[in-house]
Amino acid sequence: MAQARIAVGMSRSRREGRKLLEGLLYLLPALAIFGVFVFYPLANSIRLSLYQTDILGNGQFFLGLAQYKEIFTLGEFGVSLGTTALYAAYLVIPGIVLSLCLALMANWRLRGIGVYRLLFASPMVVAVASASLIWMMFFSPAQGVLKFFLSLFHIDQINWLADTRWALFSVSMVAVWRTLGFNTILLLGGIQAVPEDMYESSRIDGAGPWTMFWKMTLPMISPVLMFLLITSTISALQSFGEINMLTQGGPAGVTNVVVYSIYREAFFNYNFGFAAAEAMVLFAIIMALTLLQFFVLERRVFYQ
Amino acid sequence: MKPRLHRRRAAFRTALCYALITLAAVAVFFPIYYALATSFFTASESVSYPPKFFPSRFTFDSYREALRRAPVVRFIVNSFIVSAAVMFGQLITASMAAYSFSFLEYKGRQALFYVVLSTMMVPWEVTIISNYLTVKALSWTDTYWGLSVPFMASAFGIFLLRQGFLTIPRELKDAAAIDGCGNFRFFTTIAIPLSRPMLGTLAVYTFLTTYNQYLWPLLVTNTDKMRTVQIGLSMLQRDESVAWNSTMAGIIMVLVPTAILLLLAHKQLVRGLTSGAVKG
Repeated sequence: MAQARIAVGMSRSRREGRKLLEGLLYLLPALAIFGVFVFYPLANSIRLSLYQTDILGNGQFFLGLAQYKEIFTLGEFGVSLGTTALYAAYLVIPGIVLSLCLALMANWRLRGIGVYRLLFASPMVVAVASASLIWMMFFSPAQGVLKFFLSLFHIDQINWLADTRWALFSVSMVAVWRTLGFNTILLLGGIQAVPEDMYESSRIDGAGPWTMFWKMTLPMISPVLMFLLITSTISALQSFGEINMLTQGGPAGVTNVVVYSIYREAFFNYNFGFAAAEAMVLFAIIMALTLLQFFVLERRVFYQ
Repeated sequence: MKPRLHRRRAAFRTALCYALITLAAVAVFFPIYYALATSFFTASESVSYPPKFFPSRFTFDSYREALRRAPVVRFIVNSFIVSAAVMFGQLITASMAAYSFSFLEYKGRQALFYVVLSTMMVPWEVTIISNYLTVKALSWTDTYWGLSVPFMASAFGIFLLRQGFLTIPRELKDAAAIDGCGNFRFFTTIAIPLSRPMLGTLAVYTFLTTYNQYLWPLLVTNTDKMRTVQIGLSMLQRDESVAWNSTMAGIIMVLVPTAILLLLAHKQLVRGLTSGAVKG
């Protein structure tokens, strides 16, 4: 009897092992890629951030936390962080307000609304480099379209990319436009998920469109807004393409956002260790935001 | 009298709505329109001031000029190869992993799921230095391998497909098991075909994002032969004296494939991508 129970137990554990093996087998390709291109480089970046590196990226002298200390005391990185935060504000607030306006319009019951929705979504097809080049043409001081439009209102031309007061804002305009399509679609989805009968009953109660927007639509889509707020903040922290195409961090460093600074440090100054330390600080900030997103939106992001 | 007044007011409101929405649509679409219009300008028209808004004639001169100045076709082919490789890679790794997480039961499954999840918290920019060093050590710079392999798995893809698999009733799996259908057969002949919409969404999304990649191809390619579209485009701009028309022609050529793909898959892509954020 006791022997039989042991036998059953053994075969069960063997069965468990088999199941585990099969489960792992299906995970193997994904885990291999993650291992080589996410987990190993993460560990390696942590290691590099503690070293002074040579131009091939090998750790030479162990510095400990010295580079982190340098990051926070030298001030340059702090300026870079401040620039990034300002850029995020330029990007996120107009981006969400504009796409909310477009999404509300796209929800109007009009003939041919499908065409309008498609036009609103159209910036989605334009990638970073293309969008930057199109806007570079608009910004052009010699024959720019923006100069022309401003002159219609008797406004003097602005040196969009060369003026230290405007450069960061100009770059953010490009990014706002480029992400408008996707944000609008996402918000439209949220607006359409609000049950129609809620509107009907409040209309009967005599609520105007303004009241309905503030009291019903906005609260109902607040999870989507929250999602957009956090994801666009994260992507603003990761911006690189527009900066590299349009200003290369200039003029006078006013568009030197964190990722651009990491890129310069690593691939121009070959200071991989210092760049890795900068990257780790960025990682900490983005991780905090991502965790916030998971906790705030837990039920909406995690299925099940 | 009163209903007529009411009707007239409604008509006025509709007209106002059309005016507003048209204005917004024109503003949003204008940069794309203007790039297209410029690609048909002559070189001198494209740098004239005040700017022109309509092409006066219809020729493909600037397209020919763009093709002469940079191997645009080669860039597009490169991007297609890399995007297709990443797409198939992700479809395979994500569907297998998603199957493991939704149909197979084993100890530690939840923990492994969290391991996969955690990769979402690591921004690509943080690992890019090390990845660059890895790809260089493998002599993968300037190769399709270096451009595509690092992106062949994503937590997002695994999520999306897992969600698709979870809608397949468990009873189907049990019935198949009784009939002697093993896991691998169930996976390939039942689970995959049933999740076609999700697989399609992932395929289109992955293709588009890879085609539009910027920073990584900028780092790992250094010959024109291996440049992808987004990096290649700046070649058209490198020369300061160059007029805008051929640069815009290059942009339009690069944009057409993604625009077609998006037009065809737009509805499904949106449904698939928003389902995570919008619905509970």
